[in-house]
Amino acid sequence: MRVAVDQERCCGTGNCVMIAPEVFDQRDSDGVVVLRQPQPPPAHTAQARRAAANCPCAAIKVDED
Amino acid sequence: MSRTDNRVSDAQSVPLTYQRAPDCPFDPAPEIVRRRAEDPIARFLLPSGDSAWLVTRHADVRAVLSDPRFSSVPPPDSLLRPPDPDGPADAPPIPPGMFVGMDPPGHTRLRRMVTGEFTVKRMDRLRPRIEHIVAEHLDAMARAGGPVDLMKVFALPIPSLVICELLGVPYRDRDDFQRRSRMAVEVDVRHEDGMANFMEMHEYMAGLVAAQRADPGDDLLGMLVREHGDDITDEELIGLTNMLLSAGHETTANVLAIGTLLLIRHPDQAAVIRERPEVVEHAVEEMLRYLSVVPSTLVRTALADVTIDGTTIPAGEHVMVSLQSANRDGARYPDADRFDLAHDPELHVAFGHGIHHCLGRPLARMELQVAFPALLRRFPTLRLAVPFEDIQFRPNAAAYSLESLPVTW
Ligand code: HEM
Ligand code: HEM
Ligand code: SF4
Repeated sequence: MRVAVDQERCCGTGNCVMIAPEVFDQRDSDGVVVLRQPQPPPAHTAQARRAAANCPCAAIKVDED
Repeated sequence: MSRTDNRVSDAQSVPLTYQRAPDCPFDPAPEIVRRRAEDPIARFLLPSGDSAWLVTRHADVRAVLSDPRFSSVPPPDSLLRPPDPDGPADAPPIPPGMFVGMDPPGHTRLRRMVTGEFTVKRMDRLRPRIEHIVAEHLDAMARAGGPVDLMKVFALPIPSLVICELLGVPYRDRDDFQRRSRMAVEVDVRHEDGMANFMEMHEYMAGLVAAQRADPGDDLLGMLVREHGDDITDEELIGLTNMLLSAGHETTANVLAIGTLLLIRHPDQAAVIRERPEVVEHAVEEMLRYLSVVPSTLVRTALADVTIDGTTIPAGEHVMVSLQSANRDGARYPDADRFDLAHDPELHVAFGHGIHHCLGRPLARMELQVAFPALLRRFPTLRLAVPFEDIQFRPNAAAYSLESLPVTW
């Protein structure tokens, strides 16, 4: 799985961090999403998928490969 | 559920989005349920005499809230009240700083400045303070002995103190602070009283901002002044502060109160929350879905003709989304009208959706995840001190709320 984030679209809700803290983080200065794992290991792919679905700003893309 | 007398208010003055079922104060009004089945995007009449579109299905509500062609800038005249011949011709425009009523790029600029203070990490650091505030209030309840009004001794003070903590409001000012914030979101307030309250609040916040400009502290206002002091005006700081208070106080308070009432009515679910800490996170989300304490978002206005699911909303017309109806949409949530911890409440819209999605969600959810299990464990025999039928609900500007919640144990 490949994950990508769009920092322009992100509105800093932290939903992704609450759901998948191993995959996503937030910048301290403005709360904008930071990707910790562009290719999450199998243990974290389910959460990454949920995080993408739960992003209110459609700022997370997940490509299954 | 049996017939009750929990009158919400007379239907004439309460916009459809706020109305609830006559026989169950937790459920949406029958007219909303009918619309979701038959007329999911259709006009309705507001107390002002204007008409707006009401959107009731989960998928459509999310489509509206994530579409940049809908503006959040409020219309110049209130849609929620009948025209007031004695009032000013035009309502004042949205004050500076209150980005809930702004569109990009102004919205983006302000929201980004303050979001650093609301990250999940920052909220985690507040957790011990929240646990402390909750424990103090439970101790005070235990000392006082039942019956008590849970609204007054628990639900209202906790979120208010958490926001005071966040903003750095001195303790001596906190009682006045709470009174003003409650009045600010009431529907049934005379225009003069509302304005007087608003001015008082504004003056208080101006003082707080001036103090932080002179000597920035470690709390939210101090950080904003230190990191963005040259980019943000005093008026914006005041508006922002007012917004955080009005957005975070009554909302969280009523989830605490109405949520407690819900758990008292569902002792089996309460027992699960009390005994299994690992389900609390999920339980709070199901509760937020089921209760939908914020019944709709701010009104939106179409900036262009927009077609949603086959219906075209013409440019210039107003749109309201029913978050409550979306959260009870059977197409998304099977068995949606039941509160059940076995449900999957994923993608509920209790915090809205799109760029105005609640900024305070990480804070609200922490308060709720701390408060409910602590309350249930301290008072395992918690129950109503009056018949359920006597609990008075009232619709509010921002949140569905309780007049009082008499409990004992
Ligand atoms: C359980 C409690 C809460 C609920 C149900 C709730 C619900 C909502 C909803 C539905 C919106 C979207 C409004 C719209 O789209 O027009 C919103 C926005 C907002 N909320 Fe909350 N909220 C809660 C707690 C809080 C708290 C504790 C704070 C902060 C202290 C807060 C701050 C905000 C702010 C600043 C916005 C505006 C965001 C923007 O326009 O970008 N909320 N909230
Ligand atoms: C700066 C902070 C805010 C101020 C001064 C404010 C003020 C107001 C006022 C005066 C009304 C009544 C409008 C009318 O009569 O037409 C209203 C309505 C409302 N407010 Fe707020 N509000 C603020 C923030 C928020 C936030 C953050 C939320 C999200 C939880 C919210 C949710 C609502 C809702 C749902 C309504 C009713 C629908 C509407 O008029 O669009 N408000 N607000
Ligand atoms: S869920 Fe989306 S909007 Fe929220 S912080 Fe993550 S990427 Fe940003």
